[in-house]
Amino acid sequence: MGHVRGLRLLAGAAVALSLVACGGANGERPKTASSTPGKAYSRDPYPSTYHRYPGVPTLVRNVTVFDGEGGRIDNGSVLFADGKIVAIGQTLDAPAGASVVDGQGKWITPGVIDIHSHLGDYPSPGIRALSDGNEATAPVTADVWAEHSVWPQDPGFGRALANGGVTALQILPGSANLFGGRSVVLKNVYARTTQAMKFPGAPYGLKMACGENPKRVYGSKGREPSTRMGNIAVDRATWAKAQTYKRKWDKYERDGGDQPERDIAMDTLRGVLAGEIRVQNHCYRADEMATVLDMAKEFGYHVTAFHHAVEAYKIADLLKANDTCAAVWADWYGFKMESYDGIGANLALLEKAGACAMIHSDDANGIQRLNQEVAKALSAGRRAGIDIPDAVAWKWLSLNPARALGIDNQTGSLKPGKMADVVLWNGNPFSVYTRPEKVWVDGALLYDANDPKRRPVSDFELGQPGSGDVK
Amino acid sequence: MIRALLLSAAALIAAPALAQTVAITGATVALGDGSAPIQNATLVFRDGRIIAAGSGVAAPAGAEVIDAHGKWVSPGLVAGFTGLGLHDANGIEESNDGSAKGSPFAAAIDVSTAINPTGVKIANERLGGVTRALVAPDTGNSIFAGQGAVIDLGDDADPVMRARAFQYVELGEHGARDAGGSRPAAYALFRDALTQAQDYRRNPATFGGRDRGALIKRSDAEALLKVIDGQVPLVVHVDRASDIRNVLGLTRDYPKLRLVLTGASEGWRVAREIAAAKVPVIAAALADLPESFEAVAATESNVGRMRAAGVQVGLSADGASGGEHNIRQYAGNLVAITRIPGATGLDWGQALASITSGPAAALGLDGEIGSLRPGRRADVILWDGDPLEIESQPVAIWIDGKPQPMHSRQTELRDRYLTPTEGALPKAYDRR
Repeated sequence: MGHVRGLRLLAGAAVALSLVACGGANGERPKTASSTPGKAYSRDPYPSTYHRYPGVPTLVRNVTVFDGEGGRIDNGSVLFADGKIVAIGQTLDAPAGASVVDGQGKWITPGVIDIHSHLGDYPSPGIRALSDGNEATAPVTADVWAEHSVWPQDPGFGRALANGGVTALQILPGSANLFGGRSVVLKNVYARTTQAMKFPGAPYGLKMACGENPKRVYGSKGREPSTRMGNIAVDRATWAKAQTYKRKWDKYERDGGDQPERDIAMDTLRGVLAGEIRVQNHCYRADEMATVLDMAKEFGYHVTAFHHAVEAYKIADLLKANDTCAAVWADWYGFKMESYDGIGANLALLEKAGACAMIHSDDANGIQRLNQEVAKALSAGRRAGIDIPDAVAWKWLSLNPARALGIDNQTGSLKPGKMADVVLWNGNPFSVYTRPEKVWVDGALLYDANDPKRRPVSDFELGQPGSGDVK
Repeated sequence: MIRALLLSAAALIAAPALAQTVAITGATVALGDGSAPIQNATLVFRDGRIIAAGSGVAAPAGAEVIDAHGKWVSPGLVAGFTGLGLHDANGIEESNDGSAKGSPFAAAIDVSTAINPTGVKIANERLGGVTRALVAPDTGNSIFAGQGAVIDLGDDADPVMRARAFQYVELGEHGARDAGGSRPAAYALFRDALTQAQDYRRNPATFGGRDRGALIKRSDAEALLKVIDGQVPLVVHVDRASDIRNVLGLTRDYPKLRLVLTGASEGWRVAREIAAAKVPVIAAALADLPESFEAVAATESNVGRMRAAGVQVGLSADGASGGEHNIRQYAGNLVAITRIPGATGLDWGQALASITSGPAAALGLDGEIGSLRPGRRADVILWDGDPLEIESQPVAIWIDGKPQPMHSRQTELRDRYLTPTEGALPKAYDRR
């Protein structure tokens, strides 16, 4: 069934590509060119309808502050109001009417940002009817958008908020395909629609994948790619087409004339080549990452981040030189050949080399304790003689993922003017004994461990056994 | 201090005399039996067994004395149920001995012959503090996965502590799938297999079991008779509350069954019934999502609520992509949730027990492993801090009283790439 559907899709793609090719051959600009620019297609046809919920001006004082940019203030204060950080410092005065929280023995940090999640597109329950993360019917499906799979009732969003202090996250298509499709960045705030969870103004990402998954999925169907060289061959052929597509549409939007054929997949790749859409590339092995970096130069795009970069520590210098980040687990290893060389000191070695690094989950359970995952990475680093201060390590949880997502001007640290995406922890967040006590998103208190009414319950769980329970 | 300890461990490796008595003094000693840790205590072991542990214990004359002030001592962690030792990586099919879909055998399968003590994960996980594992097969062509083994993670050629230590069966959604599509089909298969095993006992000569179409073979029947007779525990994977009730009801027809539940995501909903049946549970600590329709009521309070109801609990390492040693992080999280209003966790002593004596007790092995009580095998971890705290790490490890190496393939990779760029020679020439 899936196989037949895949063949039909492939046939459709071939037709579309041949039309593009025809246009390229015959699309000379008429001598009497109109100077009227062509009509551009919408870059944002499913716009965010997110709105922040009301909050009260809040001052948390006498608290240990990790500002998310590497700074730490002991016995400090954080003030936020109207959804924004107002000030951080040693002591701050509470404005009239502010809620004042005593942070004795507690820590305050920016909300955790997970750059790699499948909440919503591989939601709980993990049944076939809700399995919407991999359009595994063709190796190139740059036409699909993760937001069209996201189920906003996934109970996992609430767990990530309450147990993990996660305030924003990128939902990616899966890694069966070389070009998996577009990602979407969400605020971790339940809504009736996916659009109402979309992070306002966040750039899109393109999910790509290296290595074992695409070659296994398509090789087992007797199709290209069945090898790593096949992976790169299909990648290159696709980028070459995207360059042609971009030339045609750039010309049309600039000079007018006959409107070129629309290709939804190529729209996304054109966006990458134009620097509007960020490449988020699943890639485990050091040598494959190096190949991809050259491919990006060959076709004129930039790899924002390698995800699951288990061997990033082997090429930390190369990643730094290419301004490409590594998004990694703390200690996942040994679950397939390309993860065989995973080590716990990966993050610390990347930081030591000055490369951009961050933690990620790829997992509905792991996203609930990314702070603990960073604690593991810190510990592994210290065993290797790399002593990274706790406050610096918080960058792996908020500012670095925010940068890689292009939302660091809005969130990711406790800088005045940024969104008040804030977690108050009931102890040191790098201790196993610590949990979020309160979580604010845009200054709205959306989780409070001490108030059962500030604990989200998705539609799916409502009225079922355990509904409203602590989870 | 750490270096001195490592040196003394290295010296012990070189010493041939296993009869050496070791006394670790001044440490915070956690026995792993559910009790609170004891400050400034001494642990003594000799000939591979624990002699004494406590605050009033003196180091015997002639003992190798290790000053461990500021450090912690615990029993080695017991990881259950896991595929450790059965594969090099789950996804490497060629060397994965976890299941056998093409085999005509099911209950007869005995994983003990597959354990590879030199697989790199054994050393990696040992370095994380795991000294024993309850190794279970996965199902292939039946609801019966086969016979699991208890192994040690020692740096030697003899990993199997107990072969055929339990039988593993699926009776929830997985069981339904394995049985052809439904829970009733799984129960029909289960009961028919046990009936056939009894037929085989009554008259082996007339028992078929060699036909291509036979549902169970003679060796399957032999394995199942040990289950029916209560000679080996039957580990049943179920999650839904109603499935748990059904499993507890099996003893009406098979009164000698020694049931152990694993999974049990909704165990808290039937905790009193499980406790009354005296059935131990090995459950995932942090499975708090309705990952399937059999886990709708999943919560991190599951283990704590079962324990509070009197159930004997242990934590499962199942699904730990970072490695089995993460069970200590899971146990620590169950202490963490005791501070969350409405949640039920474990106190510190219970939490450590849930990853040491708890899994051992589920299989009736807590007299041998899982605690530092006298007479137990000397599986000992010396930690540089609280064993449940993330930043802590082992600084010395003994299994059966034998000191273990403090490096693994992971530490070698780390050391090779401390500086990523090549020196005078390629990285391939850089090794310890």
